[in-house]
Amino acid sequence: MHEMSVALAVVDQVAEAAGRAGDVTAVRSVRLQVGELAGVVPDALAFCFELVCAGTVLEGAELVTEAVPGRARCTPCAHEWAVGMPPRLTCPVCDGTGTELLAGRELQIVDVHWVDGGSPPAPAREPIPEER
Amino acid sequence: MCRVVDLRRAVLAKNDASAHDLRAHLAGRGTAVVNLLSSPGSGKTALLERELLRARERSVPVAALSADLATENDAARLARSGVPVKQVLTDGLCHLEAGMLAGHLDGWLPDGTRLLFVENVGNLVCPASYDLGETLRVTLASVTEGEDKPLKYPTAFGLAHLVVVTKTDIAQAVEFDEDAFRANVEQVNPGVEVILTSARRGRGVGALLDRALAAADGAPVHEPVMARSHPHHGHTHAQPEAADAMAHTHP
Ligand SMILES: Nc1nc2c(ncn2[C@@H]2O[C@H](COP(=O)(O)OP(=O)(O)OP(=O)(O)O)[C@@H](O)[C@H]2O)c(=O)[nH]1
Ligand SMILES: [Mg+2]
Ligand SMILES: [Zn+2]
Ligand SMILES: [Zn+2]
Repeated sequence: MHEMSVALAVVDQVAEAAGRAGDVTAVRSVRLQVGELAGVVPDALAFCFELVCAGTVLEGAELVTEAVPGRARCTPCAHEWAVGMPPRLTCPVCDGTGTELLAGRELQIVDVHWVDGGSPPAPAREPIPEER
Repeated sequence: MCRVVDLRRAVLAKNDASAHDLRAHLAGRGTAVVNLLSSPGSGKTALLERELLRARERSVPVAALSADLATENDAARLARSGVPVKQVLTDGLCHLEAGMLAGHLDGWLPDGTRLLFVENVGNLVCPASYDLGETLRVTLASVTEGEDKPLKYPTAFGLAHLVVVTKTDIAQAVEFDEDAFRANVEQVNPGVEVILTSARRGRGVGALLDRALAAADGAPVHEPVMARSHPHHGHTHAQPEAADAMAHTHP
């Protein structure tokens, strides 16, 4: 089950970024984009994530996964479609094979919500409200 | 203070970077990697035994590395061909990663090796996500596995440069429907070549070696639709050093 390796890669990268920032005391959540064609099962990933976070600065962090549907476009006829699962990557209109995958292979860390010891900068503008 | 920090990093960025480095390093040594993926027991080792012998007959310098969860049986079989062979035990890890492969090649891969065949762990899910720095990725399926295998494992078949059907000597007995299989491959990987082989009877033996040599010599390799993706999300490879600059803060 490579969700364990994927979870480790997520935790490593976040821990590294937190280490670089220097004064991170806790990580609340990590937001991931997981494409329909990324070959990763979000539930299995969430399970592994919890295990891998234990004993790190990410202990107790929540994994928020955003599913990205697979979309494709036919270069010759410009038709765009949802590829579905199992994916159809030949054009449903002209049967062409000059397909471009627009989305669906994402496996990416979007952002991280963490707590650090820094003091808030002087607000130059309205603070951005917390997401979610 | 709480911050939401934009990281914008591909989760497997480290593997991708190691694969990139390994590919460049091996290219400098004149070696191309062929990554073989299939379910357990599809016949990777059996076909490879034949291809390694063929390479020897043709005086092509090749080597093989076989990854297995626990046993050394495959390497023992492959070594009978007389080419350099290495067994890697993954200790339960279900796939190879580029950094691991690089570590195993260090100090072992003989100079002058033209092709390095890597038999990945028998598994159609996990190995598909990890680039090993290969020049040719080959996904195999035996005739006994059902024609819908490519639809059940779309990333394994969708990212292949070449698809190999194995054990065609028993195709009739299991009523393998070649047309249905080809149609399913085409659905997830339009335009990819499918070759039919039987290690038992010798059918199609040598085709894998030919394709691998052509790729190693720089002939254009099939570009799967799935590998041609252009996510709209931008700055995938943004450096984390930039993270703080992009932090949204809130008290
Ligand atoms: N009839 C027939 N049987 C084959 C052929 N190739 C392999 N086999 C049999 O299929 C079984 C598995 O073959 P292997 O070559 O060990 O398969 P593998 O993909 O290397 O297996 P793992 O490394 O365990 O994933 C063995 O019993 C082989 O004898 C073939 O061309 N025809
Ligand atoms: Mg084997
Ligand atoms: Zn796995
Ligand atoms: Zn079209």
